Amino acid sequence: MGYLYWIYNIIRNEFVAIPGRMIALIFFVSLLLIPAFTGNPYILRIFTLAAIFAIFAASWDVLVGYTGQINLGHALFFGVGAYSVALLNLHFELPAYLSIPLGSIAAVLVGLIIGIPALRLRGFYLALVTLAFPIILTGILFFFADFTGGEQGLTGVHRLALSRTTSYYIIVLTMVFSLLLMYKFTDAGSKWLRVGIILHAIREDEITARSSGINTTWYKLLSFACSGFFAGVAGGLYAVFMRTVGPSTLELSLTFQAILWTIFGGSATIYGAVTGVYILYPLIEFLNLYPVVSEFRFILFALILIFTLLFMPEGLSRWIRDKIEIHCTRCKGINIASRRTCRICSAPLHLAKTEGSER
Amino acid sequence: MLSGIIVNTLVAGVIYAILAIGFSLIFGVAKILNMAHTALYMVAGFIIFIGLQMIGLPLYLCDILAIVLTAILAMICYRLVFDRVKIQTSAVMIISIALAMLFQELLLMQFGAQPRQIPPFIPGYFEFLGSRVTYQHIFSFASFLALICAIWFLMIKTRLGKIIRAVSEDPEVSNLMGINVTRISLITMGISGGLAGFAAVIVVPLFTLHSLMWISPLVTIMAVVVLGGLGSIKGSVIGAFILGFAETAVSMLVPLGSFLSGAVSLTIMILVLIIRPEGLFGVAFEEERL
Repeated sequence: MGYLYWIYNIIRNEFVAIPGRMIALIFFVSLLLIPAFTGNPYILRIFTLAAIFAIFAASWDVLVGYTGQINLGHALFFGVGAYSVALLNLHFELPAYLSIPLGSIAAVLVGLIIGIPALRLRGFYLALVTLAFPIILTGILFFFADFTGGEQGLTGVHRLALSRTTSYYIIVLTMVFSLLLMYKFTDAGSKWLRVGIILHAIREDEITARSSGINTTWYKLLSFACSGFFAGVAGGLYAVFMRTVGPSTLELSLTFQAILWTIFGGSATIYGAVTGVYILYPLIEFLNLYPVVSEFRFILFALILIFTLLFMPEGLSRWIRDKIEIHCTRCKGINIASRRTCRICSAPLHLAKTEGSER
Repeated sequence: MLSGIIVNTLVAGVIYAILAIGFSLIFGVAKILNMAHTALYMVAGFIIFIGLQMIGLPLYLCDILAIVLTAILAMICYRLVFDRVKIQTSAVMIISIALAMLFQELLLMQFGAQPRQIPPFIPGYFEFLGSRVTYQHIFSFASFLALICAIWFLMIKTRLGKIIRAVSEDPEVSNLMGINVTRISLITMGISGGLAGFAAVIVVPLFTLHSLMWISPLVTIMAVVVLGGLGSIKGSVIGAFILGFAETAVSMLVPLGSFLSGAVSLTIMILVLIIRPEGLFGVAFEEERL
């Protein structure tokens, strides 16, 4: 009984009191409940792919949103992960729980191989160089078509689980676990891991970070490796879920989609990437169902994107978060915006906003 | 074979050079990484097509219209969209991708996916060392040279050019010196759009026109711009011809080379950058804070 009360207290004080966490909890529970309400394989497929792309978009966010190393070729990691899982599966009959970690490690290695020379470059030079790598790899894939399947890609990868529902649960749980790891990795307020705050420092001002005695190259490589690992996980899951891997996993449009989702949701917040994926990806798939709008769906998509960015350039999730949450000025605790006094130290929350417009 | 490589290199170089100049101009002045730049080029091509085939205007009028309308379109995009989000560099990039997508889908809806042709400005061809050179090729190259001279004149000899160079070097200081940076950015966006239109005018008759034609030059012009050094016009032109040559040579000399052509030119870019991180003609901002 006391144990239950303890749990009740945790939920009351750590979740219900903080709207952002409440939303995250409701979101997670509803993700778990989706297969209970619908057996429609199409809807299940959309949400499975959304979970995979959420890992992918969040991994882009680790590298670009937090560390500020603009990467326009993120599909490289996804593609390397997907292709290595498919090749390992087809040639060595490795099951998914072995091939996906190996594929992710391959993606990390590729990330390090390109990261070491690429980190001599800064800012937009880095952005435009990273753009090149997936295209180069696509060229190589086409050239060695016997081994890689060329334009057709590789087919016949073993399925992840027997039923769609099981693979949905595996993928969703992998997603939640990966997101938690990435969130902890990049958490700037963490007490025991200082990677997060260092990555922020590198993004804000690399020279100052370096002159404060931080080996920025090492941390940038670490960020490349972490981001590559999770993008590789996403690619591997994609390979075993779709059971076919083609050059489309390396396309520029995949990277652009990840960027769209992340910026739409709000960059430098892992949850922003997830928000973006879970809103935009199902939206465009469902629009496709209606023949009247399916012709206009990309136009609609582009317009939604343009207007969102015009009116909330910091991203949807941050915009909403700033509306529903308020930080106490005295104790820095997070409160729901409708409260008048802080729930922890009972200081008044809504002071007259005269000075500045600090977020 | 050799003459074919020369001719195709020159044509590819001309397109990439004009597009890359526009792309790097607006990047230099307003720090806008305009992914919709090649989409503007595509729109200009379709404006020529509409004017010629649907309204029935003479070709030279269509060409002028294409350049002017594309410049105006670019300025509208700047005023309505880029100017409002320019503080967030990443948002600017995403918005430009969204704009490019918008143009692509509008054109796809109106004209479908089948490729279109535009008749050449000057019909006819002659034989040059065994390969066919149309007069349009000659015309493209000649007008390209004229354009380069005009840009050189604009940037070096006129007051506007001086202002543009000042803004791209340091927007804050030029603002303090009494330059209206937003207006200069708007004008530069217009010039950049006009250049995209010009590229369409001189090269679209050599190729087919379709609604996905913006993607493949986009990657190459980014490579060109990086290879030459961001913001350097001379670098862009030389980089364009280097990559144009690499792509053409690989796709003509190596079997199955058309798959590898993009890969080879981008590898060249990466090799150059590893040796010289600021590009061939870029200025080394060793400790620059963006």
